[in-house]
Parts: sequence; C-alpha cells; structure tokens
Amino acid sequence: MRKSRWIYVALLLVVPGLLLTTACAKKKAPKSMEPVQSEQTTTDAGDVQTGDLDEAARQKELARNLFLNEDVYFAYDSYALDGEAQGVLKRKAEWLQTNGDAMVLIEGHCDERGTVEYNLALGDRRAASSKNFLITLGIDAVRLATVSYGEERPVDMGSNEEAWAKNRRAKFVIK
Amino acid sequence: MGYLYRSRRKLAAGILFVLVWLVVQAGWAADYEIDVTNPFLNKIPLAVPLFKPMAGGEGETRLAAKGADLLAASLEFTGYFKLLNRAAFLINPDTYRIVAPGINFQNWTTVGAELLVTGGVLLQGETVTLELRLYDTVQEKLVVGKRYRGRADGYRGMVHRFCNEVIFALTGSHGIFDSRIIFVTSSKAGVKDIYRCAFDGHNPQPVVANEQLNLSPAWSSDGKWIAYTSYAKGKPDLYIKHTTEKRGHQVLKKGTSISPAWVPNRLELAASLSHTGDPEIYLLTGTGKVIRRLTENRGIDVSPSWSPDGRRFAFVSKRSGTPQIYIKDTASGESRRLTYEGKNNTQPSWSPRGDKIAYTAIEKGQINIRVIGVDGSGLRQLTINSGDNESPSWSPDGSLLVFSSTREGPSRIYVMNAFGTDQRRLLTLPGKQSEPQWSSRLGNL
Repeated sequence: MRKSRWIYVALLLVVPGLLLTTACAKKKAPKSMEPVQSEQTTTDAGDVQTGDLDEAARQKELARNLFLNEDVYFAYDSYALDGEAQGVLKRKAEWLQTNGDAMVLIEGHCDERGTVEYNLALGDRRAASSKNFLITLGIDAVRLATVSYGEERPVDMGSNEEAWAKNRRAKFVIK
Repeated sequence: MGYLYRSRRKLAAGILFVLVWLVVQAGWAADYEIDVTNPFLNKIPLAVPLFKPMAGGEGETRLAAKGADLLAASLEFTGYFKLLNRAAFLINPDTYRIVAPGINFQNWTTVGAELLVTGGVLLQGETVTLELRLYDTVQEKLVVGKRYRGRADGYRGMVHRFCNEVIFALTGSHGIFDSRIIFVTSSKAGVKDIYRCAFDGHNPQPVVANEQLNLSPAWSSDGKWIAYTSYAKGKPDLYIKHTTEKRGHQVLKKGTSISPAWVPNRLELAASLSHTGDPEIYLLTGTGKVIRRLTENRGIDVSPSWSPDGRRFAFVSKRSGTPQIYIKDTASGESRRLTYEGKNNTQPSWSPRGDKIAYTAIEKGQINIRVIGVDGSGLRQLTINSGDNESPSWSPDGSLLVFSSTREGPSRIYVMNAFGTDQRRLLTLPGKQSEPQWSSRLGNL
C-alpha cells in the first residue's frame, strides 16, 4: 500500500483504540479515584457519586448537587411559595428540563410545632404546592412523586426559630 | 285571738321542724353518693386495710397485701377518693373482722373514713377465692359485696371487677378498670412503635414494632381492631390490624392516609386521605374501602373524632386560614366552627359523655390541653406552664383524660381528671411516648 493509505489505516485503528482505552479508564475511575465532591445527602440512598476531573462533568455534578441540596422553604403553618421559594423551584425546573429522564420524589416536611397528624397533612400540601408549581413551568407531572414526612424527619433537632425554619421545607430526591 | 296566735306559732314551728328534718335526711342520703358534675373537689375518704389471709400461709399473705394495694391504687386512680394511710388505722391487722356485724365502724369514722373496703383471700393450690365488701362507715351499712373464685393468675382481674362494682354503686356508671391505653413510643430516630398498656399503665406490650415509623393508633369500640398510619412501604399509608389474630387490611392510596377514628360501635372508620391531591375526610369500611367522602373543602381537613352516637364528628380544618376545630353533622351535612380562641387548635377528642371536646391549643409558642362544650361554651384550659401538652383522649366514662406532656423533658404519657386536677404520669418507657388513645370498656377482666 502507499504510505498515505497506511496513515489512514493507522488512524482508523489507533483513534478508536484510544477512545476505547479512555472509556475503560472512565469505567475504572470510580474504583481508583476519590470522588471530587463528598457531600452527604441522607435521602440519596443507593446513588453513587462519581468523581471526574472533566470540567463539563464537574459542572453537571455541581448542578445535580444543587438540585439535591437546595430546599424550598415555607413560612410557619403555610404551604405558600414566596419569591425565594419560586426562584428555587425555577432552578429545579431548569435542571429537570436538562435532565429529561430524571424522576424525582418531593418530600414535604414540617417543624416540630403543631401536632403529628396536622403536620402530616401540611407536609403533604407543601410537597403538592412545589409539584404544582413545577407543572406550571412545563415539567411532566408523571416525573414528580410526592410524600409527606410531617414532623418526623427534621434536619435540625433544635427547638428554636432557626431550627424550625430549616425544617419547614420541601426536599427533592432523585429516584 | 291569742289562741290563734299560739297555734300559728306551733304550726310554723312544726313546719320548720319538718323542713329541717328533710334537709338533714337529704344530707345523710347524699353522704356517699358522688356528684358527677364536679366530683374531684371533695374526695371521699376511703380506707382499704390489708386483706385478711383466711387460711394463712405465705402465698396467701402475699396475695392479701398485693390485692389491697392494687385495689387502693386503682380506686385512687379515678380521682374520686382520698385513700387514708394504713399507718393511722386503729384496727389490729391480725384480728380485725372483715364482715359486719363484727366491724367496729367507730374505728373507721374516728380516722376520718367514710367508706371502707374489706377483703378476705383464700388460696387453695392454684385457685383463689376473694371476698370483697364496700361499707358506708357513717351509715354502718354494706353498699356492695362480692365473692370471686378462679385461677390465681386472674386475681388482678377480680380486684378490678370489684372496683367496677364500687364505681357503679357510687356513680351509677361503670368504671374504667377494663379499659386499655394505646400509644406511640420511640427510642431511636425514624422508628416509632405502637404499644398498649392497662388503664393504670400496667404491663406495656408491643402491638406494632417492626422497625418502621408507625403513628396515630386508634382502637375500634370492640377492642378487636387497631388502625394506624405506617411508613412500612415508604409513605404514610393506613393499616387496619386485628389485635389477636394475624390478619389486617391496608389503605395504600397515593398521598397521605392518616388520622383514623373508628365510628362508635361500628366496624367503620373515618380517616383523612389525600389521594385526590387534597387531604379530605372519608368514611371507610373496617376493611379499608371508601364508603363516601365526609368533607368537601379545599385545604387541610384532618383528625376526625366521633360523637358517642356516631352522628357527628369534630375535625380540624384550615378553611378559615388557620387550623381550627369544626363539627359536622353527617345527616344534615352542615359544618360549624367550634373554636375561635387562638390560631392553632387541633387533635379534637369528643367526650364519651357527649357534651365536651378536648383538644390541643397552640398559642404564643405554648402547647396546652383545652376543653370546650359542644355548644361552644365553657372553654377552659387544663394545663399551664408545664411543658408541651397535647394529644388528649377521654376515658370511656368521660371522667379522665390521657395526654402527652414534655414537662419532665422527654415526652411522657400523663393522666388527669376531666377538670384538670391530679395530673400524673402513667408510665415510663425508654425514649419518648406520645399520641395516647383510650379504648372503650373492653369487658376483658
């Protein structure tokens, strides 16, 4: 064969070969590399964090972590969405648009004041408010499941205004 | 003229004498009857000496002491009696007589007793015979006397049967000694068990303990079923479980299925379900099938509690902006608001006497038990400055309330009289106890 042809053959063999090896390296990475982010997300059961030095992938990971860790907050005894809450939900909607096949569970929570049964119902309404807002932003209802935990799963065990404010939340979990 | 005047005076004197005589008679007659409208302010002094062992022997003597202590504590639990200290008694515990006419009632009235219970215990092998007599020491007469015979392990039940007789004789309604209390206990985060105990906190036993989050237990009237909310399948579903046989039903709809309340004397229950997207109260069969919807109102509707005749129920609704208690008539379909004081009134419990509703009021950061008449009158607060007090539930005769309180720190089950007096802890388990519910009279002594 002529020399130029050999170059083509070489490229034809080498390039896929390189790609293949990098792909393998990617698959092996979770075992040999430390995850770049080591966030604790207690409700994120069973999901493996993959650390990656690739910038695009890192951005993707940051966006995902924000989605999981940024909660929607509510006023006492309320399931209304104020300006800030709506802002948080808009960011959630953007992520959901970008990650079109993600299915989520919205958890509604309450602070410890108020009684057990009432808080179960209030948590349910908080999750429902968040879901309904996302639907108005174009997210398919089928992707949004809801559950209420009432006052049963506080994120802050304190008995003060600060702790209570942190517990009055809707939290998003990727299924 | 003078003659007439004298005879009129005699007549007046005569009438006066008759009136005084009638009043005095009425006073004596009322001596040992309990005024059920406000009985806890004037407790009747009651003496319960150690029961007499009839044959002697260690087992019998032990039962004699246990029995007297149990009877005294059980009657004291009702709040109607002041138990006199045995140390002050004038009788010789070895020789005193337990049956009139052998009883010297002056020994008892001298130490202030108006009522006396004597007991005699005979133990033969595994069989115990227990004789109990309630005497009015002032009138020196027997009020009620019973003899029980059965296995020794039924001894506690015998004592409690007699306690029911005592209460019936004195108030006209049956006592609560064959009732039980069901409640939630949690000793680790995320896990809540359902336990039951006797009316006095004795012998706590697990009912649902499966490492899951179990909440809001409710007994059926016949005591055979318990409904509760459980996260066993990852979300708050309603479970209906038989108390002795291994069978049950589940309500596994979308959303929250919570706050069960059995209809009195029926195998039907009300519960709050949010499968349509909004928590509303529904009527369900004992197997968990929806019969019909009971509330129609956007917003939270939760925590039903039935009137004793099962025709009306109290519930919590946020329809006016804040959680308040409403009453709905199932026949007419009309709802009216009951609570107007405070911005957060929840957990209604309708008294088995039909006239009052106890509930949890949150005001200025304090959580307390309040009672209000079904007609909206007579609002009183029963707890104050004693931690958070919530989740009230009436005893089956409407004379006592069980509730939870954090006055000692961790949440504990407490009992008080219907007027808020004699608040005391029922039992202590590791962790926190909450959400107590008092059963009907179960007739299981």
